[in-house]
Amino acid sequence: MIATASQTLPVPALHSLSHLRALEAEAIHILRETAAQFERPVLLYSIGKDSSVMLHLARKAFFPCRIPFPLMHIDTGYEYPEMIAFRDWFVAEIGARLIARTNQRAVDNGVNPYDIGTARCCALLRTQALLDALREYGADAALGGARRDEERSRAKERVFSFRDVHGQWDPKTQRPELWSLYNGRVSPGEHIRVFPLSNWTELDVWSYIEMENIPVVPLYFAQEREVVVRGDSLIPLESNVRLLAGERPVKKRCRLRSLGCTPCTGAIESDADTVSKIVAELRRFRRSERENRVIDHDQDGSMELKKREGYF
Amino acid sequence: MKTHRVGLKASLLSYLPATHEKPLLRFTTAGSVDDGKSTLIGRLLHDAHSVHDDHMEALRKSGLNRSTGPLDFSLLTDGLKAEREQGITIDVAYRHFATARRRFLIADTPGHEQYTRNMATGASTADAAVILVDARHGLTAQSRRHAYIAWLLGIRHLLIAVNKMDLVGFDRLVFERVRAALDEVAGKLPGVRLYILPVSALDGDNVVRRSGRTPWYSGPSLLELLETIDAPAWDVDAPLRFMVQYVLRPDLDFRGYAGRIESGRIRAGERVTILPSGKQNRVKRIVTFEGDLQEAFAPMTVTLVLEDELDISRGDWICADKAHPLVSPQLEATVVWMNERPLEAGAGVLLQHGATRVPARVGEIVHRVDPDTYEIRPASQLALNEIGLVRVETARALVFDPYHENRQTGSFVLIDRIDNFTLGAGMIEQVVVAQPALRDETGDVFEAAPVTPAERLQRYGHRPAVVLSRSGPLRKALERALFSRGAAVATLDALPARAQVRELLANGLILLAPFCTIEELEGANWIEAAETASITESVQLVLSELERLGLLVSRSAIRPEGGSLNVD
Ligand SMILES: Nc1nc2c(ncn2[C@@H]2O[C@H](COP(=O)(O)OP(=O)(O)O)[C@@H](O)[C@H]2O)c(=O)[nH]1
Repeated sequence: MIATASQTLPVPALHSLSHLRALEAEAIHILRETAAQFERPVLLYSIGKDSSVMLHLARKAFFPCRIPFPLMHIDTGYEYPEMIAFRDWFVAEIGARLIARTNQRAVDNGVNPYDIGTARCCALLRTQALLDALREYGADAALGGARRDEERSRAKERVFSFRDVHGQWDPKTQRPELWSLYNGRVSPGEHIRVFPLSNWTELDVWSYIEMENIPVVPLYFAQEREVVVRGDSLIPLESNVRLLAGERPVKKRCRLRSLGCTPCTGAIESDADTVSKIVAELRRFRRSERENRVIDHDQDGSMELKKREGYF
Repeated sequence: MKTHRVGLKASLLSYLPATHEKPLLRFTTAGSVDDGKSTLIGRLLHDAHSVHDDHMEALRKSGLNRSTGPLDFSLLTDGLKAEREQGITIDVAYRHFATARRRFLIADTPGHEQYTRNMATGASTADAAVILVDARHGLTAQSRRHAYIAWLLGIRHLLIAVNKMDLVGFDRLVFERVRAALDEVAGKLPGVRLYILPVSALDGDNVVRRSGRTPWYSGPSLLELLETIDAPAWDVDAPLRFMVQYVLRPDLDFRGYAGRIESGRIRAGERVTILPSGKQNRVKRIVTFEGDLQEAFAPMTVTLVLEDELDISRGDWICADKAHPLVSPQLEATVVWMNERPLEAGAGVLLQHGATRVPARVGEIVHRVDPDTYEIRPASQLALNEIGLVRVETARALVFDPYHENRQTGSFVLIDRIDNFTLGAGMIEQVVVAQPALRDETGDVFEAAPVTPAERLQRYGHRPAVVLSRSGPLRKALERALFSRGAAVATLDALPARAQVRELLANGLILLAPFCTIEELEGANWIEAAETASITESVQLVLSELERLGLLVSRSAIRPEGGSLNVD
């Protein structure tokens, strides 16, 4: 018989960090490594909850100095108006520098998800715009809020993830990453995507938002919204959402679980209208977070394809 | 906007876990291709109710099923599309799950030719390893290799899951044979704790629930074991090591050193030593966004303001005033090589350690370790996935501890100077020997290298220190006791001036002296001998105090005893 497993619960040691504080410390360590190792890092700001957490962590990491790098937002033109309003308020509030970019040529050419499909639309309005913006700024590092628990191909991401001169990710030639020694050496034109929240879960993010009182876009909170039911998703009716044949708007109490473009972001039915209710809801939740995002399902293994092409 | 928030006191309480909080265990998995690793993890997640409903639905709908069961659980963990097509996992994937008792972070590493590299990566941050053994094949050379790599990377809890027991009719003898073979492995991996259990990943026996089909096994299931093993995360009782990552200068009045406490703790007002300069200083403030703290501990990320303005920059270390780390440009390390081009003596690379990246030269490949047999082999190079002992010389002195004492300060990676790829991982050895001489191209000695502190430590078994005692007989007894342990010890009637003390200590001695002033001791590691009724007891107290401070390296740390195999 193996007699060594004790029957009692492991007791937290007197000097041990709480789970959230340990994640916080890990992220701050990564943010400081990024600021120290690179000449022109940027923080990719998507206005979502993960971005809010990243900004908060960056303020902590460099206190009492300001965040030593600019924020970069890729505006597809299909974002919820609340998101842009929140962005401008939050960025001003903490005194950060913002670079906002749009793929204007694609917009002028009338790119939209209905006529060319969500995959192509995303490649032009998001991926292409991002790569252009990074090149224009000369960024050698781009901080992102992606987490390994979001999607299976992300489970294999490094914290410092190498991108070649075309901005592409090759899952087969990733640099080995051991301990917390992050290799940020790049040649001109190459860059590193940095993911300080790699080891966080969705529940961790919301618990941290609750603990630290971090502001987030109101779209995350439940309220009565006009939506259409599309497949398994509820699509809130915004001005630029087109109704497909046979669709009828209905009223539902719902909230967004992750933010994106209006035509591609599904809401979930929910009563959670405060952060603590969201935390409680997540503890009960049995479905994954990105399920309600249309783009992840448009091809099998689609997130991985997008990532290889440089999608964030 | 100036926001110095001086005076605001943040509370350390907000950093401690709530009483109901579940502690985190990081573990890695190892096994050869088809041993059933993906199936086991899928089964663990499923039976512990940690699979999202939509993922289960996708699994049921999926046309793929390589297993003989109704559902192929391995599909829950195999990540990338390429892998799904080829039916193999390629790299290291990280995955969360939680039970009522604990949270888990799994580093899932696949078994194929890149194995050593991936497993070392997953193991570098893990507290425990689950090693799969196919019941039909028994303990193979690969199993021994997995155990070795886990142990080498500092994992002390090895859980051996003898899988596919359903295919051998849950035969107890099969299990006992693996256990007997493990016995011998345990003896060769000092300090390791081995647990062994019979499972069927496919059917779920002893994965989450104990199985009725193994009546001869009365131990816990895999999940129960994972929930209860005692895993050390960060060492808050080790000497302080604070890595300076970034210097914060918002204005002329503030100069803060932002970094992480890699081990130990720190208090405001405490004396510290800055390395590699060796300068003394004192902690004035521990600054955080929430306000100043009185105390902080590993792995907190704080900003330190020091009493004296010194020239400190990224890569420097702020350390405990006593029990310093080693400082040397020459070190010996076990290297896991991860590149197609083999590592050869004379290679120029970049070495990243803590917050420093320095040019380095590989001096000599001392030997190679065969991870299947644990035997040492002569070697002139290290090929991909080979492991060996290597001498490295860095352009600037490194500040480090041996890996077995401190995983944070004892580890480094090697980077290619041209393509920037990470080439290998190094663990600084407990026995550090510097090159006795530098040689030029023709092999002629052109300059004798100075004897390093690391070499002295290896020869004498201690770091330099001063021991104070007013009792003459006790000093004599101490001299005898230390001398017989091989120490370099000198007895003095009075301590000379500070400069001389430093010089003597720089030569690695332990000085025994009756008294001194604080001035003379500045910058030295020192203790005062406690006097008890018995001289023998006093000697013992001094020795154990020196050991506790890491000044005297205990014999067991240099050559630890064999590991324990948990059997009935
Ligand atoms: N009979 C039986 N088959 C198993 C068991 N565990 C895994 N397998 C099968 O062994 C094969 C390899 O399993 P997989 O999990 O992909 O192995 P990996 O390469 O180690 O990840 C698959 O066909 C599994 O269904 C087990 O406990 N019993």
